[in-house]
Parts: sequence; C-alpha cells; structure tokens
Amino acid sequence: MAEILVALSGGVDSTVAAALLVQGGHDVTGVTLKLWGGETDSGCCSVSDVEDARRVAQQLGIDHHVFNFGDDFDKFVVDPYVADYAAGKVPNPCIECNRHIKFDKLFRRADALGFDLIATGHHAQVIKADDGSLRVGRGADPTKDQSYVLHMLGQDQLRRLRLPVGTFLKDRVRELASELGLRTANKPDSQDVCFIERTPGRGEAGRRVFLGERIPLRPATIVDQSGKTVGSAPSIELVTVGQRKGLDLGGAPDRRYVIDIDHEAAVVTVGSFDETLTERTAVPDLAWTNGPVEGEFVVQCSAHGSRKPAVIDPVDGTTVLWNEPHQRVALGQSVVLYVDDTVVGGGMAGPTPASP
Amino acid sequence: MASTRSTHNDIPRVTPASDKPIHYLDHAASTPVRPVALEAMLPYLTTQYGNPSGAHRLARNANKAIDESRELMADLLGAQPGEVVFTGGGTEADNLAVFGTLKARPGPAVCSAVEHHAVIEPIENEGGSVVGVDHDGQIRLDELESALGDGVSLVSVMLANNETGLTQPLAAVAGIVREHAPQALLHTDAVQAFSWLDVAELGQVADLVSVSAHKFGGPQGVGVLVIRDSATLAARAVGGGQERGRRSGTQNVAGIVAMAAAAQEMVSNREAEVERTRRLRDRLLDGILDAVPGSLETGPRTLKTSNIAHLCFEDVESESLLFLLEKADVYASAAASCSSGAMEPSHVLAAMGFSRQLGFGSLRLSLGYTTSDADIDAVLTVLPKAVQQLRDSEEGRG
Repeated sequence: MAEILVALSGGVDSTVAAALLVQGGHDVTGVTLKLWGGETDSGCCSVSDVEDARRVAQQLGIDHHVFNFGDDFDKFVVDPYVADYAAGKVPNPCIECNRHIKFDKLFRRADALGFDLIATGHHAQVIKADDGSLRVGRGADPTKDQSYVLHMLGQDQLRRLRLPVGTFLKDRVRELASELGLRTANKPDSQDVCFIERTPGRGEAGRRVFLGERIPLRPATIVDQSGKTVGSAPSIELVTVGQRKGLDLGGAPDRRYVIDIDHEAAVVTVGSFDETLTERTAVPDLAWTNGPVEGEFVVQCSAHGSRKPAVIDPVDGTTVLWNEPHQRVALGQSVVLYVDDTVVGGGMAGPTPASP
Repeated sequence: MASTRSTHNDIPRVTPASDKPIHYLDHAASTPVRPVALEAMLPYLTTQYGNPSGAHRLARNANKAIDESRELMADLLGAQPGEVVFTGGGTEADNLAVFGTLKARPGPAVCSAVEHHAVIEPIENEGGSVVGVDHDGQIRLDELESALGDGVSLVSVMLANNETGLTQPLAAVAGIVREHAPQALLHTDAVQAFSWLDVAELGQVADLVSVSAHKFGGPQGVGVLVIRDSATLAARAVGGGQERGRRSGTQNVAGIVAMAAAAQEMVSNREAEVERTRRLRDRLLDGILDAVPGSLETGPRTLKTSNIAHLCFEDVESESLLFLLEKADVYASAAASCSSGAMEPSHVLAAMGFSRQLGFGSLRLSLGYTTSDADIDAVLTVLPKAVQQLRDSEEGRG
C-alpha cells in the first residue's frame, strides 16, 4: 500500500482524485498549497478553498495539511510573470507553477516527508511508451485536457505521479463527487490566472490592473506596413501578436491583425490575416521527454489551442516547420509536440527566425 | 461508487482516538480541561440550565454560580469582583480593551511589536503605533517614551509572549506611561502569563488585564477582562446589559464556573508547577541544543515563562518538521497559523530581528500541567532524527 500525497486545490477534480485513491486502498494524505499571499477574488488560495479541501479530506477520512509555498510562488511564478510582460513576452504562469512549485518544490517536500507517490487532479494521463519510458498523455475529456501545462514533466516525476481523474470525462468527475456527497461537486471550474483579481474584468482588464501596479505600462503606437500611424494602444506590454480585437484603429473598415511588435520602440504593426502567418516557429529551448523523436508531430501552442501538424527542422533540431502556414506564436508561449495524443517534447517560443 | 458518503447533516462525531499515546507539547495553544473544571461545569449543562438574568430559582442558581466565580477570579487576578468582566475568550477581552478604550476616549493607541494579533491588529487598524523590541524581545523603553504624549488613550504591552514565552518589564512600562501619557489606560494581555506568573501582583500596574480559560485547564470560549473601577470603557456588545453593561449577552455559565475552578487549582499549584516545568523545559532545551546542530533558542531563557521551549532550526521548514513530529506522535506548533492553516512568517521573530528564513524554521514546544518526563524523552528521541531526515532530503539541501 503506497503512501500518496494528493494535492487538494479545493476544486472538484482533485477532491475526486483523492476519493478514488482512498477507494483504491491507498494510504492518502491531502495537502493544500498556500501560494498567493496578495489580494485575490478568483477563488484560488482563498480561505474558502482551503476549507473545501479540508472538509473533503474529513469526509474521506484522510489527514489534511496546508503548506505555505508563497515565497517560492512569488519567486518562480509571479515575479517572472511580471518580468516577462515587461520584456515583451506572454508568459503562461500555470506552466511555471507546475514546473517549479507543484512538480518540483512539492515533489521534494513529499520526498523529505517520506511519501512514495504524488497525485493531482489534472486531466491528463501517465502513459507508458513502447520503449518503456513514461509520457504525459492527453486527458480523456478533450475539452478539459491539461497535458499541455504538464508537458515539462520528466521520467523522475512521471514515475512518482498519479493522475486519477485523467481517464474520466469531467461530467463523470462531477457525478462521482455528487454521489460521494462532496461539497465540491458543483464548484465552477477555475479560470484565468489564479493570482489576478477578476473584479476589474476578465482577461486583459484584470491583467492591466495587476501589471500596472508593478511595472510601468507604456503607450504604443500602431502603424501599418507603410509605417503610417493608424492608431494607438494603452500599453505595449498587453498587445499580443495575432491579436485583432481591442485595437483602436479609428474605425478602419478591413480586419487588421497585429503582425509585429517592436517592444523597445513601443510600436505595433498591423496587417492582414495572411501576414500573421509564418512557416517556422523557433523553440530554442526545446526539450524532449525522453530523447529526440523523428517524423511528424501534432503541435499545440496554448492551453486549449489548435492542434496543427509540423516537423522539426533537421538542421537546427529546434525549429518547428509547419505543414501549413501557422499564426505566429507569442514569445514566451509554450510549444508542445505530441505523437498519438502523447507529449514527446516542448519548449518556449523564441523570436521568429528568418526564413532560410 | 462505494460508501464513503457522509451526509451534510451528520452531527459531529469524535474522531476515534489512536491506541498510541500522544505527546502533547502544545499547551500554549490549548490545554486539556482539568477534571475539577469539567466536574464543576457539568451541572450547569444538565440540571442548572437557567438563564442567570432570569427571576426563578434556576436563574438564581446560575446567577449565584457566576457571582461566586466572579469573586474567585477577582481574588486570583488581584481585582475587585466588580472589575471582572466575563468575555468569550482572550481575543474578545483584548478587542474589548482596545476598541472599548478608543471609543470611550479617542486618541492614538500604542502597543509593542510582539503583541498577539488580537491586540496588534485592532491597534494598527485604528491607526495606532507599534513600538519595537530588541533581540531579546524586550520592548524598547526609549521608543515607547517617544511614542507617548498627552493625546495617547491606550498602551498595550503583554506580560508574556505566546510564541517565545518572553516576558515584558510591565512595571517599567507602567512608570513611563504614567509619566508621559498620564491619562492613557494601560492594558496587559496576560493570556499566556497567568499559568506561570503571579498576575494578581504583576498586573496591579495595569488598568485592563486579559486572560483566557483554555490556557490554564478551563474550556475554550471563555475569558476575563479586568476593568479597574477607575477606567471607563465603551461596550462592544450591547443589548441586555449583562456584566454591568460592559458586555451584553447571556453569560456562558458552565464555562465561567469551569474557568474559576481551573484557575483556583492552577494558582494553588502554580509555584510548584513553575519549578516542575522549568526542570522539564530545561532538560528538553538542553537536550535539543546538544543533539541538533544548527539549532538556537530565541531569546534568553531567564526572561521566559517556565513552560516554553522556543527554537529555530537552520535549513528546516517548520511545516515539514511538525509533520514528521506528528507522525511520531509528538504534537507541537510553530509560529502563527493564518486562517487557512498555512504557516505564516512570525511577526514576533521578525520584530526581534530574526531572518525570514530562520523564522520559517521555528518550533514551539509548550509544556503544561499534564507534561511528564516521558513526553520530554519522546521529543528528545524523535526531534533530532526528524531534523536530520529533512536536512538530508533534496528539499533540505536545495
């Protein structure tokens, strides 16, 4: 009987994960991570979330602890998030939290305390490949699949990881919670970035308030490809390549998209949709889950983004060559390579390389 | 799916006790109720259930029990019976002292940087000022003097700290307050001190004194604020005018009776218990300091109450250490926990100049009337191994 530490966020997925492990006869302990010490109204890390996690642990008859990883969260997730925006990148803080907090700090903590395994409520699966190595596979529910944000997991982590809800559809997870009488059964899914307040408004508005309190936001000039000024944006930091909505272009009749951002000069260039497309996306820090893989991949560039076929440039071994022209990927977004719905590698998008 | 279901309308049931004996070293958090207190309170939960404000015999019986308890507590706290106001615990007593004073006599409040949250939060929220402490946790008297002035309405300095056990020179504080802010009330939070210090004597210099029953073998949820007859406070809870209008609401009769019984037993044993716990505590501390490299005491032992061993361990995080101690049936605590249950960096250690990192490696082992040599032996067996396990782990090395 393995001793398993299950990370309980207070949401329905992780509480059902814990319930399934208890039913499997494991020796389960629940832990909730206190990550964000600042203001929050997103529900994450709130006292009510911890209470939900604790109550479910009580109902399941397992011990529950709270670990304060706030200092690490600031250092590895929040500070880099702010610094990335200041440097003209579009970070994914959930990936950094998984990389540094849940699957590093927590794994080391579990090890120090003598746990054999760690479980989370992610919708993904640990898959054994033909060569015996372990991979992150997509969750059974295509609309909830979280393999993208777990793409960085290596063999050591995957060996010790259990993902009990990865084989279920979300509706079934809620059903199980409801059958067990768990108070999390009808909790809404978490959304957006957990440490950013929702009150100012979803998406950009909340981000603008959060970043504006931490870094100077610089107004941007919008030009067309001839260099003529056609509009302005309140902050260069919040403009994303490929963006169409939210640009003040003075009522220009045709649809125009962000095709280039000169972060230093705070100038945004807009053009047609076709001009947002590229044949190549550089991934300078591309890392393979278990050694390089050849052939064609399905490539995903955001948490629930499109899945497009591509190969890796054999010359440099790190540049994605798209089968069909693909929208430019913002700097800092993760590019994840799949074969048969299984992660084989990934890394962060770098500056667009010049075509050879 | 199988039947782990527990419905939402279950009444709370006691979690079955494990067969293994536990070693409880968290008396500063809460103490087991003394048998004499439990026995004293039971009739008021069963046959003597009257409301003490009522007019019939059951009411009179309850009222008599409260009056007798009030006289007993007054005697043990060095106060007149009319100066004893029963509250719903230590935090309520502290809050009544701060808010009640500020409402009755507007003007800034002043407290030390190591006060309990129940004092420091209301004072900071009301725009008061906080006086620093030195590395031994002692309030800086020169800083206190400069913080005072004619307008100051309240000064609050605790007798003994809840984390470190370090005591404050309350008589010296009182001298400065009387000289530099003669109209100010002096409050002392004696919640941690009462079991170990002669509060009836030491508290004479204060206008307001807080204590809490569950720190000395009484039940949770009941306490006292002594309000000297010379001091005027505005009530926080207003209604039926109980406690001479200073704290409305039907009294917790059973709790008050149990508190008085516990206090009487505690005070009559106090001198002997101080010596007994000091011997156990010193053996515990010396044993730990000897066996665990990179461990240090927070502040001089001579300034601490006899029941508290408070240490910091380099390269160890308290929450991990507490986890391993609990696994070995040793129950202790670290600095302060926030409402989520997460460990928070200690404002007390920060005020004493300890680094944030050392503060995250603090451990409080607090002894009480049930602590035995076997408990000390258990800690001395378990703790060095636990610290070593954590330091040997990748997290500890990282």
